[in-house]
Formats: sequence, C-alpha cells, structure tokens
Amino acid sequence: MAQPEWAVEVEHLVRRFGPVEAVADVSFQVRRGEIFGFLGPNGAGKSTTIKILATLLRATSGRALLAGFDVATQPTQVRRSIGIVFQDHSLDDRLTAWENLYFHALLYGVGRDEFTDRAQALLAMVDLLDRRDDVVRTFSGGMRRRLEIARGLLHAPAVLFLDEPTVGLDPQTRSAIWQHVRRLRDERGVTVFMTTHYMDEADHCDRIAVIDHGRIVALGTPDELRRQVGSEAVLVGAPDAARLAAEVAERYGVAARATGPGEARIEVADAAAFLPRLAADFAGRLESLRVHRPTLDDVFLHLTGREIRDEEASPLDAMRRRVMGRRRA
Amino acid sequence: MSREAAAAARVVYAIAYREVIRFLKDRSRWLGFIAQPLLYLTLIGYGIAHSMTFRSVPAAAHVNYLSFMYPGILGMSVLFTAIFSGVGIIWDREFGFLREVLVAPVPRWAVAVGKALGIAAIVVVQSAVLLALAPVAGIPLGVGMAAGVLGVAAVMGFGLGSLGIAIAARMQSMEGFQFVMNVLTMPMFFLSGAMYPLRGLPVWLTVLTRVDPLAYGVDALRNVVYGAGQEVRLLVEYPVGLDLGVMAALAAVLAVLGAWAFEGQET
Ligand SMILES: Nc1ncnc2c1ncn2[C@@H]1O[C@H](COP(=O)(O)OP(=O)(O)OP(=O)(O)O)[C@@H](O)[C@H]1O
Ligand SMILES: [Mg+2]
Repeated sequence: MAQPEWAVEVEHLVRRFGPVEAVADVSFQVRRGEIFGFLGPNGAGKSTTIKILATLLRATSGRALLAGFDVATQPTQVRRSIGIVFQDHSLDDRLTAWENLYFHALLYGVGRDEFTDRAQALLAMVDLLDRRDDVVRTFSGGMRRRLEIARGLLHAPAVLFLDEPTVGLDPQTRSAIWQHVRRLRDERGVTVFMTTHYMDEADHCDRIAVIDHGRIVALGTPDELRRQVGSEAVLVGAPDAARLAAEVAERYGVAARATGPGEARIEVADAAAFLPRLAADFAGRLESLRVHRPTLDDVFLHLTGREIRDEEASPLDAMRRRVMGRRRA
Repeated sequence: MSREAAAAARVVYAIAYREVIRFLKDRSRWLGFIAQPLLYLTLIGYGIAHSMTFRSVPAAAHVNYLSFMYPGILGMSVLFTAIFSGVGIIWDREFGFLREVLVAPVPRWAVAVGKALGIAAIVVVQSAVLLALAPVAGIPLGVGMAAGVLGVAAVMGFGLGSLGIAIAARMQSMEGFQFVMNVLTMPMFFLSGAMYPLRGLPVWLTVLTRVDPLAYGVDALRNVVYGAGQEVRLLVEYPVGLDLGVMAALAAVLAVLGAWAFEGQET
C-alpha cells in the first residue's frame, strides 16, 4: 500500500462534553517523520484531540485520518499504527515493571527475543533496570512516568503520541528520552505528536500548534512563531551606548536605542547574520554582545494573553487535573 | 492459524496472565477466600447442623447439614470471586489501566474472553485449596471428585466472570460496584440452594431459585462432590447433565454479552 503523505490529517474536528466545547473546529496536518507539538494551557483540548486520534473518544463532528485510516471507521488499523503515552497514569500497579512491559509486548505482538532486548534497553534508558522486578505500587511518581514512557516506546509504531510525557522528570531523564525519540524519528521515520508545557521542549519540535479554548491560534515552526511576536535583538554593552545606538541606527537603518547606561538594544531580523558586521564595524567600542530572541513564552503570552507557567503552577488547576485524570479513564 | 487468530489468542493469554498474576500476589485475597468459607462452615454450618433437621428427607436418613452445605460454600466462593474479579474492570478504568488495553490493536471480545478465562483459572486454584475443607464437612476426598469440582468451578467461573464483565463494562463508578454486590450477588447466593434445599418451597421462591444461574452450579457441585452411596445425595436437585448443560449454555450467552458490552465503549 502506498504510504500517505500525511501521518495525521484533521479536518474541522469538534468534540463537545455537554455544554463544554473541548475541541472547537480544529484542522491541521502532520507530516510523516515530523515531531509535531501541541502547546496550550490547561483545558485547551490537547488531550481530547489526542484521544480522538487514538480512537479512545469519538468526535462530535469532523474527520480525522491517521496514517491514512479514518479514526472513526477503521479503529483497528489506526490502533495498529500508533503508540501512546497517556497524560494520566495507566500502569497496573500490582504488577512489576517487567510484567507491565511484558503485558504490553503481548498486546502488541512483540516477539519474545525482541521484547527482552528492547525492554532491557528501554529500562536502562529510563534508569529503572535495577527496579525491573519491583511492583509498580512501590514506585515514585517520576519512576512510574519513566516506566510508562519506556512502555510506550516498546513497540515500534508509525505515529507516537506523547501527552505531556516528561512532566515532573529530572533534566537528565528528559534529555535521554528526547535523544531516544529523535533517534526513533531519524532511524525509523516515526512521527511524533506531543503536547507539552515545557517551552524548551516545544523548541525541539519541527512544528508547533498553539491551541487555546479548543482552537488552534497559531501553527508553524518555532522560529516562525517567534517571528510573529517580534524581531530578534542584539544587546550591546558599550561605554558610549547612546552615541553608539544613534550611529548604528543611521548606518544600518535599523531601530536602536540605549536601554540604560552602557547598554543598547538593536532590533534586527536576523541577529546571527548581523553580529559579525557589527563587531567588525565597531571593533574596539564594544564590551559585550548578546543575542536576544523571543522565547516561546513570549509567543504564548502574545497569542493567549496568559503566561503558560502561571497556569502550570496554579494549585487549583493541578488539583482539577488530578481529579479529571482519575475520572477520564 | 491466521494472523488475526494468533493475535486474538495472544491477547486472551495476556489478559488471563495478568488476572492470574494479580490474584496470586494478593495476600489479602488469599486470606479472604480461605477465611470466608471457613467462617460460613463453622459459625453458620455447625450452628444449623446442631439445631435443625431437613424436612425434605426421610426421617430415617442421616443427612449431615455440613455435608449438604459444603458444595454450596464452594459455589459461593466461586460466585463472589468471579463477580468481584469481573467487576474489577471498574477499578481498571478508575486507575487508568483500562486505557492501555483499549488503545491496543486487539479485538475487544478477546479482552473479555481473556478476562473470563483468567477468572476461571483463579476459581480453579481457589477451589483446589478449598477442597482441603471437604473432610471437615464429612466428605471424603477423592481424585474423581476433585476433578469434578475443578471442572465445574471452571465453567462457573467463566460464566459468572463474564456476567461481572458485562455489568462492569459500561459502569463508570465505584458506587456501582456496591450496588452489584448487594442487589445481584447476595440474592444469587441466597437463592442458589447453597444454604437450604430448594424443595418444598413456596411457589414464588421456587420460581426465583429456578432462574438463579448459581443454583445449577451449586447443584452440579453436589452431583460431583457426593459419592454414590451418600445419603446426602437425596438432596441433589437435577441430573448432572442438566446442570452442566444449563451452565455451559449460560456461560456461552454471558461471554457473548460480556464481549458485546465491551465493544464500542468510550473511555
Ligand atoms: N470526559 C470528559 N467529560 C467532560 N469534560 C471533559 C472530559 N474530558 C475533557 N473534558 C473537558 O474538555 C476540556 C479540554 O480538556 P483536555 O483534557 O483536552 O485539556 P488539555 O488541553 O489536555 O489540558 P491539560 O493541559 O490540563 O492536560 C476541558 O474543559 C475539560 O474539562
Ligand atoms: Mg491534557
């Protein structure tokens, strides 16, 4: 069968829960082999969209294709094409880590030898090899999360869904997981569809959709999104900052101003290209040079009027999420 | 075997495997399934045995109430364990594990069947342990009798487990579990003939006992537990063929029902 060009195609997807419109007319496409990110505050509709794509929820209206299969009418083919790490816990906590993995391997038809090798390697990756025969009930939250990720990677799906995979994990583990995910993409062409709250993780994505109140409010590469918010800037340290700013503005036709004693800010489209020219032309008058690029935090604030980190930190939201997590099996 | 059939068989095995492992590890369940029959046999059985006689057997026959009760207690144990395990799906949903199963590329009927088979395996283990109580109830242990008990328990476990699955498949809350236990399981136990013989009863009660699936299971157990010469045989209700036929048919219907209830659910 010819491989479809798109790993995921979504057209006018809507999902209501009673009066709540969790997903409100969303359309987008994900390329094969792409790392695609969903960025949005709590309750934006990220998990709902993923569950529809994973055939766990029905759409109220609209259409979604996964690897060319319709999620509503060809659920088995879709399920055969995906792997998923849920946002909420989904381990059997009475089984050991190894038994959880073995169960997964049986469900997905991973052969015995293949299973042993991969399970060992994945447990090593998430640093749980020495706990493989311990019952999951005795694991900390972060350890459970790591095991869930290892399990999600155990079979080799065409499309891998990661719903806030690395929340609460330490930096080493996060970077190990990212390395693995990228290797999966590079070596096997796995498409990765993820949601995240971490801006630095969003930066790893090839493209990002910013979603708020069930709608996509922006879609593009991280750089494209940043450009929407404003240009890049070069921050200069110089004793005669004010004069320097004026000269720079005149010479290159860019916006430049002193932002304090001994400091100036120059707005440019492409800071990396501008830097060498500036350094050469003003050699001897510069004490320091720093590039400022808009962060995805800025992008998020600009698009939704809210700080994503505030939302994450809100204890009420955290509680709601826990409660919802338990109810939404 | 086709690829689909092989996959289905693997899933059935996986689900049954998990069910059995969970059971084997759970010490409190071991304690419970041993203590409960023991309590019934001693605290209720001895009491009744020493204070009452059967109306429905000839006065000359010496029928020991404990011998009468013992197969009923085996049946009770199978019933509670099977329904409890089947309804365990509610827990799986509550704790999120069910998603792992429902998102997998496996036929859902195979999930239901695997669970029912796992439950059958559990009640067989359980019944094997409870066979040790037979001498306490004045019933001699024998290989044929033991094999009969385990066979009947397997069929009962599969059918009653499927009933639990069918009930729980669409149930969203823990409260539902209490409801099932009180409104379904206890009456099934009371009406099964586990505690009293199902004869000489008022018509309304007789009708209810006839529609209780457990009654046929308990009767089948009596059929296989009592040796040919025992007087307590007088209290067996139906031929063993009828018991087994009813139970097998019921197990098949309930398995289909359980599998059906499991299809097409959202999470
Ligand atoms: N099963 C459900 N029943 C009722 N409402 C639901 C259900 N699942 C989700 N919702 C609602 O749909 C909206 C979107 O929820 P969703 O879980 O998709 O958000 P999210 O973007 O994943 O948020 P988070 O960052 O908190 O995970 C929320 O308002 C939520 O309350
Ligand atoms: Mg979510």
